[in-house]
Parts: sequence; structure tokens; C-alpha cells
Amino acid sequence: MKSLPERVMFTMGDIAAAEGALSAGCRYFGGYPITPATEIAEWMARRMPELRGAYVQYEDEIASITSVIGASWTGTKAMTATSGPGVSLMLEAIGLAVMTETPLVLVNIMRGGPSTGQPTRGQQGDIMQAKWGSHGDYQIIGLTPASVQEMFDQTVQAFNLAEKYRTPVFVLADETVGHMREKLVIPDEKDIKLVNRKQPTVDPSEYLPFKADDDLVPPMAVFGSKYQFYATGLTHDERGYPSDKENIQIDLITRLNDKILKNADDIIDLEKYQLDDAKIAVIAYGTPSRSARRAIAIAREEGIKAGLLRLKTVWPFPEEAVAELATEVDHIIVAEQNMGQIYHMVRSAGAPTPITLMRKPAGMPQLPEEIVQKIKEIDSQ
Amino acid sequence: MTTVQKTLSHPMAKYIREDRLPWIYCPGCSVGIVTNMVARAIDNLGIDFNKVVIISGIGCTGRSSGYFKTGSFHTTHGRAIAFAEGVKIANPDLEVIVISGDGDIAAIGGNHLIHACRRNIDMTVVCVNNFNYGMTGGQFGPTTEHERYSQTSPPPIGNYEHPFNLVKLAASSGASFVARWTAVQARRAARSIQKGIEKEGFSFIEIVGACPTAFGRSNRLGDGVTMHKHLLEVAEIQNGLPPHEAELDYDNRIVCGEFVNIEKPEYTAVISRMRDRIEG
Ligand SMILES: Cc1ncc(C[n+]2csc(CCOP(=O)(O)OP(=O)(O)O)c2C)c(N)n1
Ligand SMILES: [Mg+2]
Repeated sequence: MKSLPERVMFTMGDIAAAEGALSAGCRYFGGYPITPATEIAEWMARRMPELRGAYVQYEDEIASITSVIGASWTGTKAMTATSGPGVSLMLEAIGLAVMTETPLVLVNIMRGGPSTGQPTRGQQGDIMQAKWGSHGDYQIIGLTPASVQEMFDQTVQAFNLAEKYRTPVFVLADETVGHMREKLVIPDEKDIKLVNRKQPTVDPSEYLPFKADDDLVPPMAVFGSKYQFYATGLTHDERGYPSDKENIQIDLITRLNDKILKNADDIIDLEKYQLDDAKIAVIAYGTPSRSARRAIAIAREEGIKAGLLRLKTVWPFPEEAVAELATEVDHIIVAEQNMGQIYHMVRSAGAPTPITLMRKPAGMPQLPEEIVQKIKEIDSQ
Repeated sequence: MTTVQKTLSHPMAKYIREDRLPWIYCPGCSVGIVTNMVARAIDNLGIDFNKVVIISGIGCTGRSSGYFKTGSFHTTHGRAIAFAEGVKIANPDLEVIVISGDGDIAAIGGNHLIHACRRNIDMTVVCVNNFNYGMTGGQFGPTTEHERYSQTSPPPIGNYEHPFNLVKLAASSGASFVARWTAVQARRAARSIQKGIEKEGFSFIEIVGACPTAFGRSNRLGDGVTMHKHLLEVAEIQNGLPPHEAELDYDNRIVCGEFVNIEKPEYTAVISRMRDRIEG
């Protein structure tokens, strides 16, 4: 019997992410169970066979993500889901996916760290890991949903970005977002906009697998097609052949970085709430942004001109938007469920505007009253 | 009158990216021979080469995938089998072949090897066992014999550890086809690779090879020719021997042959049947 979901569900963020992936056309899930991302695996184990897709439970996270890279090269949309300890194991392979320009989605339901930390408590401690965790210079795309609906919508978006830019994409959801239950509306199929990777059209004898088009993204052939190609994590030229030449390294690394950075406007997704006349701005993402929204409503009731810049994407970092905001407000508060990670990015983009960090390396986010308190403190200075 | 000089090309050259030659291998290395074995096996089978995917990990052997003119992939160290599983499961119509070294397959990738054997997923793994980490300059690895010398097990003590017997490991982990040959038994090895490709299930073929530059030099085993001659001398063909008797004693006796060839449900076929069952 099929367990086809209703179009309207009362469900948790993890399951919404899984359904979002399926709606995006994901038909391969490789994973290893870990709290608080296990529900994604469990949902996929039930749903994938119904859609003639595959749920594969591997011996570890290294195999999981590497298999996802393999699946992606057959033209199948593929993903994995895990939490901090699992991401730590996957980091080398993320570099391989970046270097071989492999579209894939990695959902990280963030729990308390370091190490085994607090498996059942949320945190936002892996934001910098997503950006810098694998070795070498590279860019990543990181989405930060804040609701069950956004877990669905932004997982679809994650696949679209992965396909468009041929890159691994992180969905970075704190445990609260992963485990909270809310209403989810699954749109009609025809209303879900899907992007698929570019495929080569040239004659196979002329195919250069790593020669980019003007958008800096090369068309991608798949295994079993008429195109022959060799893909390697070694630095390679446009033919895909390994090279230890300096100019090849510089050209490749520059292009891999630029294809994200130069398309940042297309990737970045921000929500502005009550910012038009704001003097104090809060910057937040994920669960703390929900508290911040409430705090701003309260502050406004008390006549304080406060607003929220909610980051729905953290990578590439919205440097220009934050710099512009910093010229418009007198003070910025960054509320994060960690010891301050995006804070450092805000500081470098927003200087010399004063920037205050509300840090919280634990499961309960900053409560609205705490943020109101901070806003009032700053307002009365 | 001008004469056109026609160079004789190797019969397997059609499978090889000739524009990448000469390859990286040292004189006397076995990896080139194994590359030829795999090409022969594919040629004998007459399968559509575009449907063949060749995957390797990191190491000298790991470079072999890059010379094949089909879809080929050079993964991270130890993860060739994991990558191959993703490929095969996502598109079971593809013929998936992994070629990699003993370190890649049995040390850093050992966990993936045993679990892929257990799943009995249809792929052919060709492991070149040269008893050391060739690419990094000859350190001991998971197949280096006790007391052998290497860059990290120097004289006078040699290797503290004891080796895996890869045939026993693969067989006891659940592979449905397991064979071992030396690099000099090229025809028999190619035939086993061919059988492995045909087999619906996980096939593991160990090719005992020579690394004169590193393992050979550390242990004074002579040049490539001498090492390959030695392999021929000590190879003992025992087809059908129970895998737990397939001993490998480098100096005296390397038992070769096909040791496992059994029928059991294959992973992607099982997945496909399960899906049909749901659809009812
Ligand atoms: C994660 C990681 N650790 C270590 C290395 C360094 N390294 C490259 S090849 C290799 C060993 C290869 O040995 P083997 O698989 O036996 O292949 P061979 O070169 O002997 O054919 C090592 C340790 C690496 N590339 N990646
Ligand atoms: Mg080796």
C-alpha cells in the first residue's frame, strides 16, 4: 500500500525536506542514521521505492555521500541527510563534489557540538563548517530554512541551485526547524519550478567535459551516454585531464569560486521585515529568526524602530545587502544559536556600524523577550 | 615517392585515451598489464563500451581509470566502491568496474569492500595487490607480509603487522565471485575478469603484481622482469579450492584460481523486485 502524502500535512521539518527532495525529482538517497536527521532517512526508506527511486543505507557517511556523487553522475538527482558528526565524515567528499562539479544536496539538521555534543538539542554550530570544512579554496551554497514549509520549499530550491551551478548545496537547518511540526502545503506539481543541469549538445569528439559556458558552468554528460569523459578530484584542464601546471590550477579554482560568487545575486535569498525605517536591525536565520520576528513586533508596539533581515541563504554570504543595511541603521544585532559565526561575516561587511552579538551555544534559541531586552538596551544608549 | 609510415597500434588501444600516453607507471610495474587485462575482458565480451563505467580510488593503480576512453571517475582515496555503488544503484544498466590498489581497497576503503560484498551488488572489483602503497613511495599496507621492509617498516625490524588475505576477506564477506591471479597470468586473469563482469553479483579479482620501484627495492626483489618471473614461479593454480585455503606466501607459494562462483540474490535486482511488489 502506498503512503502517498496528503497535499496538506501537519508534519515535521525533516519530513518536509524529504518531500521537497522528492518533489524536486530526487530519486537517490544514500545515508546513515543520525539524530536529529533520522526521520529524513526513515521517510525516504518508505517513499523512495514507491517512486522507483532508491534508499540506500550505507556503512558510514563517507560511503553515503560518495555514493551520492556516483548516483549524480548517472543523471539522477541525489541527496544525503545527516548531522554534525556525519558532516565531519563527509567533508573530504564534499571537496570531491566541488572539484568534479557534481550536483547534490546535503541536508544538515544541526545539533549541539563539538563531537557527539547534544544529539537531541539544536544549534547552529556548523555554519562555518559548511563553508570551510573541506580543504582548499572553494565556495558553497548554504540555505537556512526557518519553518516546515521552508524545509520543503528550500530543499526544492537546493536541488535547483545544485543542478544549475553543478555544485553541492547544503540545507542548514537547526534541530528545532527539523523537528518542529507545522502545516505543510505541497504545491501542485505544475507549480513547482524545477531546474535541470545543462547537458552537452556538441559532437562527442568535440566534447570538453570541463569547458564552461559564459555562466561559468560546463554542460554535464552522464555515464552511459555517447560522451566519454574522465572526472577526477585532481586539478584538471578543460579535457578533464590532470595537470600540475600553475595556470591550470589558478584558472580552475578561480572559475569554481566565481561561478558561485558572480552568480550570488541569483542565489541569495533574503527576507526583510520592518526594515524600511528601522534604526536597529536584527540579523538572524533559522529558529532564532522566529524569535527575532516576534521581538521586532513587540519593540514596534513600544515605538522602537526595529527590523529584521532574515537570511534564507547564508552562503554565498549576502555581503552587499548587509553593507547597505549597515549604512541605513544605527546598530545591528546578530542573534545566532552558536558562539558567533555569521556574526564575523556581518562584522566584516557592516563595519563601522556597531554590531552586537547575541550568542547562544545551546538548544533553546534566544527568546523574543531577550531580544526585545537587547533592542531596548541599544535604543536607550 | 613518399611512403606513409603506419605505426602498428596495440589491439586494445581503441579503449585507451592515447592522447594521455605515456602513462605515469614506472618501468616494470604491473598496473599497465592489468589495464590490458580489463580491456581484453571487455573486448572478449563485446559489450558496448559506452555502457561501461570505470572507477578507481587514489594510488598508482587508482590512476588507471583515467586511461580508459569511456565514462571514468577518479574518486577520493578508498571510496571507489562506494562511488560505484551509487552509480550501479542509480542506473543498473551500466557495467561498473572498479580498479584500485590494495591500500585503497583494503585499508582506507576496507569497510566499503566488505559491505559491498555483503550486499552482493553487481560490480567487478579488480584489486592490484603490490604489497605496499606505491604512489606515496612504498610504505607498508594491509597486505604487506610480516617483517617485510618498507619506508615505514624499515630494517632491521620490518613490518610489525600481519596481512589480510584478500581472497579470504572477500569470500567470507559475501562476494559471489572471487579469484586471484598474478600479473603474469594475463590470459587466465582476463578470463576471470570477464567472468566477473558477466556475473550478476559482486566479483572480486585480486591481481598480485610487482612494484619494483618501491616494494621491490625495499626488499631486494630485483627489477620488474625478475619480480614478474618470480610471480610465475610461485604461482600455483588451484581452481575451485575453498577460499580459506587460498594461501599467499610471497616467497614460496601464491595460490591462484577461481575460488568462489555462487548464485545469490543481487542487490539492484532485489530493489527492483521490491518496487514491483509495492506497485502490485
Ligand atoms: C585521505 C587520503 N589519505 C592519504 C592519501 C595519500 N595516498 C595516496 S595513494 C596512497 C596509497 C595507495 O596505495 P595503494 O592503494 O596500494 O595503490 P598503489 O599506489 O600501490 O597502486 C596514499 C596513502 C590520500 N591521497 N588521501
Ligand atoms: Mg598498493
